[in-house]
Amino acid sequence: MDFTLTDVPIEPKALLAGMDNPGAGACVTFEGRVRDTNDGRGVTALDYEAYGPLAEKEGARIMAEAGEKFRILGARCVHRTGSLALGDLAVWVAVTAAHRDAAFAACRYIIDEAKARVPIWKKEHYTGGAAEWVNCATRGTADGGAVK
Amino acid sequence: MKKTVRVKYFAILREQRGIGEEQVSTGASTAGELYEELRGRHGFTLAAGRLRVAVNDEFVAWTSALREGDALVFIPPVAGG
Repeated sequence: MDFTLTDVPIEPKALLAGMDNPGAGACVTFEGRVRDTNDGRGVTALDYEAYGPLAEKEGARIMAEAGEKFRILGARCVHRTGSLALGDLAVWVAVTAAHRDAAFAACRYIIDEAKARVPIWKKEHYTGGAAEWVNCATRGTADGGAVK
Repeated sequence: MKKTVRVKYFAILREQRGIGEEQVSTGASTAGELYEELRGRHGFTLAAGRLRVAVNDEFVAWTSALREGDALVFIPPVAGG
């Protein structure tokens, strides 16, 4: 169970190689990729910035929680920092388990908790040249980002 | 009595402050008081209620007492993934 930050492209194949386990009847992976729109605006690129020491601590706590809550054999999560282009892998999660239910549930838990708790920030660059830190606006989003 | 603490800034706070890190001499007694002091000085747009705070690389309460040499990070709303 490990959580890491990296400033170079994520290589799922190499990461999965370390997770082989003959007892694993299921392996669920999730790829979070840079999308070309957000909230109706065209996105051209993203920058990710992390508070490294606390991000890795909080990430490790999430992985440990997943190991306690679900019957899984292994789990790994890697999150990018730095400048990313459309389609780039921003975050990658893999979970192995004897059976698929636990693998799906743990994978979902890890990505949801990581997005909510790990101190990583995303700056979106929009078509037209503007750029904003996501979730940090102080005008027009007083609802905290609720679906409109 | 004044203390000297180290403050690191990330993301929107780093841009609004213009630097990533500084030593601050402060009369604030808690992390929350220090944020209000710095917000007043530098015009940070985010209210404390939207942030979390870490001291020495652990999340702490806003009411936690500042000690000489503490390393603080004010944590804007996160957006990983």
